[in-house]
Amino acid sequence: MGAVKKIAVLSVQGAFAEQEKRIEDLGAECIEIRQKADLMQDFDGMILPGGESTVQGKLLTELGMLEPLRDRIRSGLPVLGTCAGLILLAGELGGGEHGWLGTLPVRVRRNAYGRQLGSFHVREVFQGIGRIPMTFIRAPYVESVTEGVEILATVDNRIVAVRYANQIGIAFHPELDEDESIHKMFLSICL
Amino acid sequence: MSEERYVLNKQLAQMLKGGVIMDVTTPQQAQIAQEAGACAVMALERIPADIRAAGGVSRMSDPKMIKGIQEAVSIPVMAKCRIGHFVEAQILEAIEIDYIDESEVLSPADDVYHIDKRAFRVPFVCGAKDLGEALRRINEGASMIRTKGEPGTGDVVQAVRHMRRMNSEIARITSMRTDELYEEAKQLSVPFALVEYVHDNGRLPVVNFAAGGVATPADAALMMQLGAEGVFVGSGIFKSGNPKKRAAAIVQAVTNYQDSRMLAELSEDLGEAMVGINEQEIALLMAERGV
Repeated sequence: MGAVKKIAVLSVQGAFAEQEKRIEDLGAECIEIRQKADLMQDFDGMILPGGESTVQGKLLTELGMLEPLRDRIRSGLPVLGTCAGLILLAGELGGGEHGWLGTLPVRVRRNAYGRQLGSFHVREVFQGIGRIPMTFIRAPYVESVTEGVEILATVDNRIVAVRYANQIGIAFHPELDEDESIHKMFLSICL
Repeated sequence: MSEERYVLNKQLAQMLKGGVIMDVTTPQQAQIAQEAGACAVMALERIPADIRAAGGVSRMSDPKMIKGIQEAVSIPVMAKCRIGHFVEAQILEAIEIDYIDESEVLSPADDVYHIDKRAFRVPFVCGAKDLGEALRRINEGASMIRTKGEPGTGDVVQAVRHMRRMNSEIARITSMRTDELYEEAKQLSVPFALVEYVHDNGRLPVVNFAAGGVATPADAALMMQLGAEGVFVGSGIFKSGNPKKRAAAIVQAVTNYQDSRMLAELSEDLGEAMVGINEQEIALLMAERGV
């Protein structure tokens, strides 16, 4: 057994506690990132949780975390973005909205399934894992990808999970379902 | 509401955690709130302070006004209906509101029955001033709870009282023997399964926000340190001198609620806070509506 992995969870707003619980259940350690000083610590991977992307993006900007985080992702920090996290990572947002970190070369459409009445739960195939539960809450999807982006899952012909080198972006909420396989897969790339 | 839909509705509340939900009365205010970092807005015709000042019967807002706000922002939009007024709730569901607040801020439409919230597909948030109220609302189908506080006063004392009371009642239940839970369920007038959940998990089965009287970044951080999972700010923002700056400061205060140095900075130079009324000075206690 190697050393215990340390995962940073962006904790400015949203469902970060659920991510922490999952990561700790899998035997890794968590630290919460609420301000710039928290980013100066050592960690092996980072999770950008669900929540409201406009709030999280604004707080990242105001708290001076956008640039240092972008630099760390560009230099290879493994990162898992779920729902709002996928939106933060996206290089481009549909509908003329501006992006935030912009490190993942895909175009993402926010609130792509409409309002809360459009939220849904399905079981679909995730590349390399198999059929797993997927919970979409006022979710985005990926409208288009550029070369080099691997598509990990689709639901009704919409792209809902992608990987690009060290970055995994997922439109749904694996932290809300009991299946742990996505977090296990993510921990396996956090070296 | 199917069980799956109820779970999805509880999960939307989970996504709002660590955030601030702001009362807005126009699309312009909604945009200011969104830009300041609100995680959702509550669309209503008059903010509680003005409802209090105007008196009279206060009802669900004009759907056209709510739709204007839905079009103005990309974050979730909530709206209030009167306690027990299930037709107002049906109307709000028809315009695809993201969350309905069955709220004591409006005049109650029914002095006995709350809405059967399980009959709806959209989620409901309800106010509570103690654990019994919270669990009764959850049993009726609420997928999120907030303290009642005393809306429109700018006085946080009642939100504090309600949050502390709920916490101490939860703590008391977690320390009970299993055979005592049956009597507790009877006392609280709620199903055994809900009391058992609180006993086993030490928390409500849904997300719990603070609301009512929050006016400053320090108020918001106080409620977070007392265990709230997020904060509603009603009159406190758009009744203040500099709504934009105050709103943004409250958002940051909720994120870094334990960092007193940052809270000090955030509290600086915010302009005039809403005037506020002490609880002894008010004739109408909205928190007493709907138990």
